Amino acid sequence: MLYQSFLIKYAEIGTKGKNRYLFEDALMKQIRHAVREVEGDFAVTKETGRIYVRAKGDYDYEDLIQALKRVFGIAWICPMFQTEERDFENLKKEVVDYIGRAYPDRHITFKVDSRRADKKYPLTSEEMNRELGEVLLNAYPEMKVDVHHPQVMVHVEVRTMVNIYSQMIPGPGGMPVGTNGKAMLLLSGGIDSPVAGYMIAKRGVKIEAVYFHAPPYTSERAKQKVVDLARLVARYSGPIRLHVVNFTDIQLYIYEQCPHEELTIIMRRYMMRIAQAIGEETQCLALITGESIGQVASQTVQSLAATDQVCHMPVFRPVIGFDKQEIVDIAEKINTYETSIQPYEDCCTIFVAKHPVTKPSVNVIRRSEEKLSEKIDGMVKTAIETRETVMCW
Amino acid sequence: MEAYFDNSATTRVFDSVKDIVVKTMTEDYGNAASKHSKGVAAEGYIREARSVIAKSLKVEDKEIVFTSGGSESNNMALVGTALANRRRGNHIITTNVEHSSVYNTLGFLEDQGFEVTYLPVDGQGHLNLSQLKESLRPETILVSAMYVNNEVGSVEPVEDIAKVIRENQPQALFHVDAIQAYGKYQIRPKRQGIDLLSVSGHKLHGPKGVGFLYINEKVKIKPLIYGGGQQRGMRSGTENVPGVAGLGVAVREMYTDHQAKVDFLYSLKDHLMTRIKEVEGCVVNSQPGRESAPQIVSISFEGVRSEVLLHALEERGIYVSSGSACSSNHPGVSGTLKGIGVRQDLLDATLRFSFGMFNKKEEIDYAIEALKELLPVLRRYRRA
Repeated sequence: MLYQSFLIKYAEIGTKGKNRYLFEDALMKQIRHAVREVEGDFAVTKETGRIYVRAKGDYDYEDLIQALKRVFGIAWICPMFQTEERDFENLKKEVVDYIGRAYPDRHITFKVDSRRADKKYPLTSEEMNRELGEVLLNAYPEMKVDVHHPQVMVHVEVRTMVNIYSQMIPGPGGMPVGTNGKAMLLLSGGIDSPVAGYMIAKRGVKIEAVYFHAPPYTSERAKQKVVDLARLVARYSGPIRLHVVNFTDIQLYIYEQCPHEELTIIMRRYMMRIAQAIGEETQCLALITGESIGQVASQTVQSLAATDQVCHMPVFRPVIGFDKQEIVDIAEKINTYETSIQPYEDCCTIFVAKHPVTKPSVNVIRRSEEKLSEKIDGMVKTAIETRETVMCW
Repeated sequence: MEAYFDNSATTRVFDSVKDIVVKTMTEDYGNAASKHSKGVAAEGYIREARSVIAKSLKVEDKEIVFTSGGSESNNMALVGTALANRRRGNHIITTNVEHSSVYNTLGFLEDQGFEVTYLPVDGQGHLNLSQLKESLRPETILVSAMYVNNEVGSVEPVEDIAKVIRENQPQALFHVDAIQAYGKYQIRPKRQGIDLLSVSGHKLHGPKGVGFLYINEKVKIKPLIYGGGQQRGMRSGTENVPGVAGLGVAVREMYTDHQAKVDFLYSLKDHLMTRIKEVEGCVVNSQPGRESAPQIVSISFEGVRSEVLLHALEERGIYVSSGSACSSNHPGVSGTLKGIGVRQDLLDATLRFSFGMFNKKEEIDYAIEALKELLPVLRRYRRA
């Protein structure tokens, strides 16, 4: 195994002042969760401004990198050589060995970048750079120094231990999940809502999800597809608790009582109400949807205003200004696209009118909803109480 | 009550099939090609199954090649003969209501430079023989047609097709996809002029993952799968002893008291077709009685989407399929229903009920009652 240790660099969370340890702890927790599915045994530890992942014994390098690339909060993953031996003579030998192992073809330009966290170290960073550069040139005459645009930047850090690394693999950025509260995602089987969940989780928000199931109009397979999508998002966000709400009776009742062209918008308003109620019960502080302005009739600005009006929680719509293709690009990147495009009908489309209202007036919609007053509260209550929950991870 | 009416998708195996599958997996688990006695025992099951099947068709043992199922049989029949006969010609004729394992395989052959003619069918699902005659040409190497249509149960006049081929372009081979027909009909390839015949095991209470292709000994065909040279080089790969043994037992059971079994299936079909008249707004797409296959009844339900009705029936333990199960993962409507001229608004409102030996008349009564209750409710709510 070429590398046993990894230096995890994080960007934004380094700047959070006194709360910093909370962010670091959350990041370590997410890293531990992510490496659990990788073959091997790993220790995750921290030292001021640095998190290390160390493999004990054999492990699967590719799987580990892939898993770490899904942990929000990681800016860079640096496979490194680490030693407790800080003596400079020994350090020279280790740097030469490291380059020898990592670059079998040494026709490269390089620069040494040394840092001392320990200012009592006998050499200054400048002296270290110079001496280590010289040692490398002597050992490998085919290597050349280039201080402006080196192909390989050899990082040497003297801390409690010595870290030597030259590769920096980009992480996903963002903030560790669990540092920013929890929000309820309205998850359908489509392309947009898993992307929306991913984007909010990337800002450190823990995710719960709600899915509206309408048997027999939607099938078991449609539900399975949503569970599969939640699992794919959970690879980034950590475990997602999915609430499956049976929406059939409410939908049919709206169908019977209200004008057909308002069905979708009224349905959306009840979905938001139910999501919010379950959100309150589960300590969520906001709702998340995959809406994008103008994509369908229920996503015009007027429709969004009409759905928003039933929520007192903030509603996060991270893809609101995205074109479809931009959303698809992210869906492909996070691997939800293939699942999203399986052709199972979801409950938003089963009774959709040929010409649904695109500019609903809140007052008109409210009046229509009054026709539901006899039974709707009880139906909503039943729907919430009889929901099924599935842990997705 | 549970009522499984999706036997044309797949069937429950006979208990005797299960027993021999278990036995060949746990006791006589040898490789049929091994030289020791375990291998000989395994080979015995293959021989036995081959002989039972050959007898059921009145053909030679060596004319049966075991495959992984219906799709492989169809692939082998089409690709194997096309490759072996391409110097004689590059033209193939089929119908526009074939199963996707024929249709898509011919699409592959078109990419390889073969020319395919797709003939339409009439309202009964039958090929027009004079159109067939006009389409046959000296370079026609193969005609492929299904015996029983998997979606509506219509029966192609295979003997008439064979006769037209023989009288006009006798060099052309005749392949019959008998996946829904074998077990329900007495098929005599040699008398009926069939050169290649595809069969799948799990449609007749046998195991999944096994089937066979009958290849008349005079037919020139190339194998699709190369390797250790099993089955006289026609289909390499370690023989699927449990599958083949199970298939043999299923065939023996189906063809024992065969007429009584067919009559039983017809009695179920007749019962459904009689009782469905009590249900409003239904159109039966299958021919009545003996005019079509005993096990398949296709019914359209006005004003209800088939998938919704399917799931509503499922909630009551009644299992049917919309279109054909093999293609129901794909959006879009059935080629067969369109082909036989089913009304546009009913294409997406059609269910297939298909029977097997484990069904009972009471299950049909139960389904009729369920339909009477469900349809009015489902019809109240529809897309505007």
